[in-house]
Amino acid sequence: MSAMQDYRSSLEDVNSRKFETFSYLPAMTPEQIRQQVEYIVGKGWNPAIEHTEPENAFDHYWYMWKLPMFGETDVEAILAEAEACHKAHPNNHVRLIGYDNYAQSQGAAMVVYRGKPV
Amino acid sequence: MAKTYNAGVKEYRETYWMPDYTPKDTDILACFKITPQPGVPREEAAAAVAAESSTGTWTTVWTDLLTDLDHYKGRAYAIEDVPGDDERFYAFIAYPIDLFEEGSVVNVFTSLVGNVFGFKAVRALRLEDVRFPIAYVMTCNGPPHGIQVERDVMNKYGRPLLGCTIKPKLGLSAKNYGRAVYECLRGGLDFTKDDENVNSQPFMRWRQRFDFVMDAIDKAERETGERKGHYLNVTAPTPEEMYKRAEYAKEIGAPIIMHDYITGGWCANTGLAQWCRDNGVLLHIHRAMHAVIDRHPHHGIHFRVLTKLLRLSGGDHLHTGTVVGKLEGDRQATLGWIDLLRESYIKEDRSRGIFFDQDWGSMPGVFAVASGGIHVWHMPALVTIFGDDAVLQFGGGTLGHPWGNAAGAAANRVALEACVEARNRGVAIEKEGKEVLTAAANSSPELKAAMETWKEIKFEFDTVDKLDVAHK
Repeated sequence: MSAMQDYRSSLEDVNSRKFETFSYLPAMTPEQIRQQVEYIVGKGWNPAIEHTEPENAFDHYWYMWKLPMFGETDVEAILAEAEACHKAHPNNHVRLIGYDNYAQSQGAAMVVYRGKPV
Repeated sequence: MAKTYNAGVKEYRETYWMPDYTPKDTDILACFKITPQPGVPREEAAAAVAAESSTGTWTTVWTDLLTDLDHYKGRAYAIEDVPGDDERFYAFIAYPIDLFEEGSVVNVFTSLVGNVFGFKAVRALRLEDVRFPIAYVMTCNGPPHGIQVERDVMNKYGRPLLGCTIKPKLGLSAKNYGRAVYECLRGGLDFTKDDENVNSQPFMRWRQRFDFVMDAIDKAERETGERKGHYLNVTAPTPEEMYKRAEYAKEIGAPIIMHDYITGGWCANTGLAQWCRDNGVLLHIHRAMHAVIDRHPHHGIHFRVLTKLLRLSGGDHLHTGTVVGKLEGDRQATLGWIDLLRESYIKEDRSRGIFFDQDWGSMPGVFAVASGGIHVWHMPALVTIFGDDAVLQFGGGTLGHPWGNAAGAAANRVALEACVEARNRGVAIEKEGKEVLTAAANSSPELKAAMETWKEIKFEFDTVDKLDVAHK
């Protein structure tokens, strides 16, 4: 059995701040991100990109990167938008969303580029 | 043509057995599993159940003739063999919608499962399923918010939610209890939960519990940057006391409260659900006492009926069993009633124990809650069985982690996210669960320790209440 470890998390340490789904896993590789985009497209959901300063990640509303890509099924095009958003805002969290308009909800939402915590 | 009055006892089937009747779209339909007394013909037993659960009494009375009993009576319209059982049979009964008060599960069930369950002409009786017509559904308030609203309020998307019931269930002081809550939430859980029998005992009155728990939620939110909640149990001895506690929970900003809908009662539950809608507070529903009613395969009420009842009465979460943990639950039957909780239209499917099509119209769906004897090794199966619209609650599976609650919570969160991430990539996670969890544990010492702790625990008792299947 592994020796007991302290759980490292505090108000002081900005690295303690999480950002919901998949934020407890290591950052995804480009291949893993591609597979999540394929999942969203396969579900028939509408992909969208949002971003925010990490210190404002708790807010409900992040900044939209253009409009959601309604009807977009080209995985490369979706990945390119996520990358363009990241290049424009390199210190921000960039979130990939799959809007499920039948459930009137987000079927998927995950940060694909992690910003620099402050 | 007016009828004449003839005093005396008539056979029930003369009035209540109507094999040629075609149920109306507005009828409430019920399927009973009947164990008749020896020598009582099936039609007579079915008609007796129809009569005693609607307009009938044991003898003709003159006042029957002052109304149109043929309009109001329940009608036994079909009988079927029970697969695998030669002694019992299914009776299908149609009740005109006019028999029931609008928006009252209390009234519907006082008829359907009232005196008839003690009736001597049947040895045992089980209500297997009920079809609520959309016309009746629309008179009910239903879930205060539903799955979609809760996801938006709590900002949780694309995965099941994670919870934990605080233990020991009884005896902690409010401040120590709040500590246990805080540790779970900072470790990555979305919710913690009062145990069902935590109400307001001398060792921990509700008011201090609410205050310390809210402090824990606030701090965990600031620390993790994620939205958190704790189901504050407002189940109380009287409705007045229940509302008092609910009001205070709202006042301090608690996002969710909790009620036990069977022991607390359906009148209280329906009222509280309406209060929750009005006040923007989510409602978690526990089901203490359900097994008294639903476990025996020949007598009582099947849980799928209690599930429909709750969706009409109102709740945003309902415990459904886990299939894989320490509590009773057949997999196909469980899949049936979690559909009944979450979907808007469920088709008849005998392989899942569903006897009728059920149309919920626009009534919101309810999160299925899987809780009881589960731990990280169950995660791949739970994600497969329940999908995203569920709350997976690990009590001992969080608090029993060798390094404490925060580590236990983190282990579960990592395991959950790893399973969802792999599922989305097309991995058959129930089959390849071990590889998925082992890989995730490489970057999570908390998960690794959890996997070492619970490796060997299994619950492999057979279910008592199985679906009826042919035996020959």
